[in-house]
Amino acid sequence: MNRRRFFGFLQKEFRHIFRDRRTMLILFGMPIVQILLFGFAITNEIKNVNVAVLDMAHDDVSRDITNRILSSEYFHLYQNLQSEKEIETAFKSGKVKEVIVFENNLAKNIYSKNIGNIQIISDATDPNTANTIVAYTRAILLNYQQELNKGTKPPAIIQTEVRMWFNEELKGVYLFVPGVMTIIMMLVSAMMTSISLAREKETGTLEALMVSPLKSWQVILGKVIPYLVLSFSITLVTLGLSMFVFHVPIRGNIFLLLGEVLLFVITALSFGILISSIAPNQMAAMLISMMGLMLPTIILSGYIFPIDNMPVPLQVISNIIPARWFISMLRDIMLKGAGWSVVWKDTCVLAFMAVVFLFLASRRFKMKLR
Amino acid sequence: MKLTGENIIEVENLVKRFGSFTAVDNISFQVKKGEVFGFLGANGAGKTTAIKMLIGLWSPTSGKANVAGFDLFTEANQIRKNIGYMAQRFSLYEDLTVIENIQFYGGIYGLRKNILKERAEELISELGMESFRKELIKNIPLGWKQKLALSVAMIHKPKIVFLDEPTSGVDPITRRQFWDLIYNAAEKGTTVFITTHYMDESEYCDRVSIMVDGRIEALDTPAQLKKQFNAESMDEVFLRLARPTESISK
Amino acid sequence: MNERVIATNITKSFRSTKALDAVSFSVNEGELFGFIGPDGAGKSTLFRILTTVMNADSGDALVDGFHLKDEIAIRSRVGYMPGKFSLYPDLSVQENLEFFAKVFGTTVNENYSIIKEIYVQLEPFKDRRAGKLSGGMKQKLALCCALIHKPRVLFLDEPTTGVDPVSRREFWEMLGRLKQSGLTILVSTPYMDEASRCDRVALIQKGKILDIDPPGVITKKFPLHVIAVKSDNMQKLRKDILKVEYAESVYGFGEYLHITMKKENSSTEKIESLLKQQGHQHTEVKLIEAGIEDCFMHLMEHNKN
Repeated sequence: MNRRRFFGFLQKEFRHIFRDRRTMLILFGMPIVQILLFGFAITNEIKNVNVAVLDMAHDDVSRDITNRILSSEYFHLYQNLQSEKEIETAFKSGKVKEVIVFENNLAKNIYSKNIGNIQIISDATDPNTANTIVAYTRAILLNYQQELNKGTKPPAIIQTEVRMWFNEELKGVYLFVPGVMTIIMMLVSAMMTSISLAREKETGTLEALMVSPLKSWQVILGKVIPYLVLSFSITLVTLGLSMFVFHVPIRGNIFLLLGEVLLFVITALSFGILISSIAPNQMAAMLISMMGLMLPTIILSGYIFPIDNMPVPLQVISNIIPARWFISMLRDIMLKGAGWSVVWKDTCVLAFMAVVFLFLASRRFKMKLR
Repeated sequence: MKLTGENIIEVENLVKRFGSFTAVDNISFQVKKGEVFGFLGANGAGKTTAIKMLIGLWSPTSGKANVAGFDLFTEANQIRKNIGYMAQRFSLYEDLTVIENIQFYGGIYGLRKNILKERAEELISELGMESFRKELIKNIPLGWKQKLALSVAMIHKPKIVFLDEPTSGVDPITRRQFWDLIYNAAEKGTTVFITTHYMDESEYCDRVSIMVDGRIEALDTPAQLKKQFNAESMDEVFLRLARPTESISK
Repeated sequence: MNERVIATNITKSFRSTKALDAVSFSVNEGELFGFIGPDGAGKSTLFRILTTVMNADSGDALVDGFHLKDEIAIRSRVGYMPGKFSLYPDLSVQENLEFFAKVFGTTVNENYSIIKEIYVQLEPFKDRRAGKLSGGMKQKLALCCALIHKPRVLFLDEPTTGVDPVSRREFWEMLGRLKQSGLTILVSTPYMDEASRCDRVALIQKGKILDIDPPGVITKKFPLHVIAVKSDNMQKLRKDILKVEYAESVYGFGEYLHITMKKENSSTEKIESLLKQQGHQHTEVKLIEAGIEDCFMHLMEHNKN
């Protein structure tokens, strides 16, 4: 008897969802568009960056490196510089984004002193692009150095340090996939659930349900399950798309990944229920989830702006944003191939949040009017 | 009866279609200046659609109409300046005070500051709302709200005021006080065009039209209508006409 | 007599306003009981409390033998149709009905006999979305949904508000037939003329019950005489009558004015001669029985202080 009640409720929820074609289209369309947008926008931006080379060495090492840099699809040689004075004018022209300077006697230094210096100067008016370009260049240099050192002892060092080892292929879209997934899950889970409950308040149907023998946990669960299914399938679509179109790797355990996704969805859903217990109508539910949830998630989760670059107060605040923990876990699992031993701490933080929200939501959501 | 004198509303063969559904089906009637005109009909008979056309919110599919001396098709903007409208859910701002609402609506209709001030005071004392002037609308009783909404709808002294079920849900005394206001307005020459679900109120109108399925099936003074349909009350007239023709509204 | 609802001193406040002030009454088995009063009188709050959707500040009630705190027992025994017809606009007529049946742990087939008479009118539109129904149809569907689990007590909160007189009349006829089947029905309405449809009514205003009795008894008890007058010039008539100093009140009622006066002062001749004096033509003056609306207004004025 009880089970039939609950399944009746579930069936109704799915009907609401599938009947609202426009929302469905947005929910499935948005992650796809976002992934495509980020994917192509970022790869395009990094392709064919104009560089200038100031080669004071004119030896085989400097020529080798120049060739390598230019033969990658990312760089295009705009001009060869003759002296340091020309560097400034090159940048001022606005065409050149990066200048690579090879020191005198580069090859000699490498072979005899085992250390060579290459200076990378980049146009930092656009710091994001600059960062990326420098990282690309360094990665190519590093590659070269490795080849150079095959069999030689002691190894030669070309002075460039950073290795972006979890993103060797240097495609920015990798970093965005976890972010896009998180935003979508937040949207579907928290916002859609809160709106759907608030709508029942508005139409007065919630009042009719209150008089029914349905328990409040049945209503909560009946609202949660369909959106759990929905956001899970959207996540799978997003993951599939990024794997097959952009060849984003999933290096870690896929089941661990899906498990974390589940945990995050539950956290977001309980937040949605909490919102709807406060919001008197759909408008308010939407506003609260937009302002209280989406904005902080987008800004403070590290999705777009790296947390390390934030002012300290914001860094502290970012700790209470569930998405922050989730995005970092996703990046660890997907890109670094990290396992349980790495992500267990973040998982605990997220699980704790889920429990707190779930507790608050079930306390606030009563089958009663105030 | 004021059934002589100039027509302030003239409607001829007015039609409004939504796709294949004809909401208003070829209606024609006239309303005299200063008349209290009752516009009755069952739910979904097309009353609201007709009113929305007459106040220039929706353009008719075909037909001719002149409201307050202006053509409905070419001078809808002029019409809006010369009429007042009070919707079912009266349009006062709940989070503004009585005086702020009056000032706001006066401002919308372009009343100059000194005139507006004068009108506002006049209005408040006419309604006897001095003690409420700085009260938020949400804190004053429903009856007062409705009376205020009517006065605000007439703050620019319109030629015609359209009232869409203004008295639904109010207590019987307030309902009658509301009608006193309507008579006052009519006495001063304002034409009142009103819809209601209270059949006793239709007796207060000079003339009444009854709409059924988009058409005007009857139009006369309440006394004549009762005679015509051989009925004891307007309630009976209404029931005779609007037989259960349950149809789906669009 | 078998009492299905007994309410004692139910009180509820929202911030500073008292929505319900020590409301007590009882409703018998198989009775059609009406709460008559304007918006804001406290009717909806009372129904919400009796259906356990809201808690009272104080007071208690027995609904079908259960105290208000026994929510689960009450909820499975009552049917409730909230003020706004609570339907899902994006679900079809049939889906709405099936949903409410399932939620209450039953099926449409099991209890079809109860709603059959009402539902046949909806059947041709069973695949239509509820949001696209007319007001009268929505009202019928909402009633079906409130009945589908075979409740023992039915609460209908303003089911006829904003509905035209034809649909209203039909709705009351349906309620009359439901009552025949033994169902106890509590209805609230702002329309005074609907009182005559009820077995007993409670007149309610500002959270207080002004009177409870069968509508016929309430009108019989009316302490004053009501004289209905009309003439060819109602506006002038009204002004002239207002000058009559022994009139307690003068109110318009359709085509007539109702004048109330103390029984000892009442005389139709006096009024007639006054009208003649004032030059009224086609006059009609008659002593009539008070209606519920006369009573309500009288009680309102006497409860002001």
